[in-house]
Amino acid sequence: MTIRVLTVEDDERIRASVKLALEDEGWVVYEAPTGEDAITIFQSSPADVVLIDIMLPGIDGFELCRTIRKMSDVPIVMVTARIDTHDVVAGLEAGADDYLTKPFAPKELSARIRALLRRVRPSAPGHSKLVFGNLEIIPDEGKVTLDGKEVPLTKTEFRLLCELAHDPNGVFSREVLLDKVWGHGYFGDGRLVDVHIRRLRMKVEVDPAEPTHVVTVRGLGYRLQS
Amino acid sequence: MKQENPEKRAPRYRRTRARRIIRNSALSFLPRRIGLRHRILISFGAGAMILSAVLAITTYGFTRSSFVQQRETAEINQSFANAKRVQNDLLADPTDVIGALEQFGSAQRLVYFDGVWTSNSKNFTQADIPAPLKTRVITDLRAANMIVDHAQSTALIVGIPLEKVNAVYFELESLRQTQDALRSVLIALLLSGAITTAVGIGLGLLVSGRTVKPLVQAAQAAKAIAQGRFDTRLETTQDRDLQALTTAFNDMVETLQTRVERDARFTSDVSHELRSPLMTLAASAQVMHSRRDELPERSQAALDLLIGDVTRFQGLVEDLLEISRFDAGAIRLIKEPLVLIEFLRQAIGVSSLPRTDIVYESASEHILVQGDKRRLARVFANLIDNARIHSGGKPKIVIQLANDNSTMSHVWVIVEDDGSGLIDGEEEKIFERFSRGGSAGQRAGSEGAGLGLALAAEHVALHSGSIWAENRSDGIRGARFIVELEVFKPNTVPEKSPPIAEAST
Repeated sequence: MTIRVLTVEDDERIRASVKLALEDEGWVVYEAPTGEDAITIFQSSPADVVLIDIMLPGIDGFELCRTIRKMSDVPIVMVTARIDTHDVVAGLEAGADDYLTKPFAPKELSARIRALLRRVRPSAPGHSKLVFGNLEIIPDEGKVTLDGKEVPLTKTEFRLLCELAHDPNGVFSREVLLDKVWGHGYFGDGRLVDVHIRRLRMKVEVDPAEPTHVVTVRGLGYRLQS
Repeated sequence: MKQENPEKRAPRYRRTRARRIIRNSALSFLPRRIGLRHRILISFGAGAMILSAVLAITTYGFTRSSFVQQRETAEINQSFANAKRVQNDLLADPTDVIGALEQFGSAQRLVYFDGVWTSNSKNFTQADIPAPLKTRVITDLRAANMIVDHAQSTALIVGIPLEKVNAVYFELESLRQTQDALRSVLIALLLSGAITTAVGIGLGLLVSGRTVKPLVQAAQAAKAIAQGRFDTRLETTQDRDLQALTTAFNDMVETLQTRVERDARFTSDVSHELRSPLMTLAASAQVMHSRRDELPERSQAALDLLIGDVTRFQGLVEDLLEISRFDAGAIRLIKEPLVLIEFLRQAIGVSSLPRTDIVYESASEHILVQGDKRRLARVFANLIDNARIHSGGKPKIVIQLANDNSTMSHVWVIVEDDGSGLIDGEEEKIFERFSRGGSAGQRAGSEGAGLGLALAAEHVALHSGSIWAENRSDGIRGARFIVELEVFKPNTVPEKSPPIAEAST
């Protein structure tokens, strides 16, 4: 399958070099120098993954993230200058699925993209539907319902939920989730998990402040329950 | 945040520059080794003492002279009256001298009549009368008086010739009472003098306390600023004299802060600006690298050099950025509990010697530390890199509980090498920025920018740990770098839910 990447970056030279590197992977790269251009391009030719630089002229990366998130569940990788500012959390809250800091190696970028585009683990025979009380997951169809109503999840949120659902009542540490969902090793950023869990709760919990499905296990990690 | 001694950072510039020292001249008549507080105290105490002494001496002098004079005059007048009565009595009955002396008053009297001395008291004989007085009265026949010491006290002797009976009359009046009264005055004066002095000292204490307080505050503020807290300011005051100090001090800090921030921002801006071209370089180099086989041999060699240095350049820019964050105090640690052994394995895994051995006892197996894993990993990666560059051999990591504690509150992670060791006096210098150490000549090529150990030291300090270097003490040549970290005990803190890695400074 040919992966289509939309890269939003105002620095022409970086755009060109990233395009060259990703095309080496056999992928198709669409380029957008501004957020406005990105929206136009995304509408006419949908991409499988969007790469957004936070520092953009015109509408900034966060705003672009939110706009694209409203239009699609496409995985978004954000490019930021630093890992220790609020940029990371803000970007993730805006809907990004993962982030990279500049300067990054294109090899790392392609690895991240591949991880985000991984398919959901196929369901075991006879378990095509996973039920957790009023929450139902149909992994093969990529569908989740709460009280019978379909819940719109992004691809990453869905994979995170399926990972938790794979071992009902099993506890998943952040490290394990980082590895399974994002393909990050030991030095991955735990905030990715935390923010995604928060986003997930907003969608699959009746009261996100008092989660009943995606629960925290003190000091250990997270668990999915009925 | 640990602030480096400015002397360390720009040694040449600072050392050759003459310092302008403004001498303080407060109460400079006292030796300077006595503190200002004590100088004020001494000044107040001594001032009060001198003042009260002068006051006491003059008061005493005046009181004494007027008191004594008055008494003398009264005494002399009384004596003349008495002498007249004695003369009249003797005129009436020249045989009864004793009777003439005893018939009135309490004064001790002595009469020289007909060549015989007659006294009404054993305590007053002719021997008590000083010769000059005797001569003047008996020989010159002139009335006279004199103050003498008599019976452990002062007394006034008045001598009057009784011309009509050809006799001489002496009268002795004790001045003990006057003396006592004067002593009381003296005691009162001394007492009040002492009180005044004490009050002076008390006042001195108060004043010196109030005077020195702003100085103490300024000193504390200066200390805080030296430690990097540039938002420290002195409280503004209504006191006009102090206002000058406060304003000048705060202005100075403001300027200093601006300068430090500007320097830090400059480094940060430069590093940020370097990122974009680096990004392009790295991506393009990778594209070329994937076609390495299509290149002629010489181009391959050039490409390898290019890729190698792009990587090095990236590392340098990252280090500079991190350093500028330190200087701006903008580091935010993402702390979480880490299983030390597991963490070190992972940290070694991303270092330049991923197969470095870790030596530890089973007791250390479950030790937890609280830290920012990526930053802490850099510390050990940097130490391993440093050891590799200097020893060329294989460094080793040793974990042991800190030597001097039985509570297991601290753990040592020691990176040991078998290189040439440290040169004397180098142990601290190697942690300075861009320091290359005395053994620079032995460095492998030009690897490392000299920021690795400086960064390691800053990171360890941010984790409330310590780092130091020393030569191995086990007989083998080589250096060892010790990182002391606090052992994290989860049950000592309230359990938090999977600790969300909230950024904390």
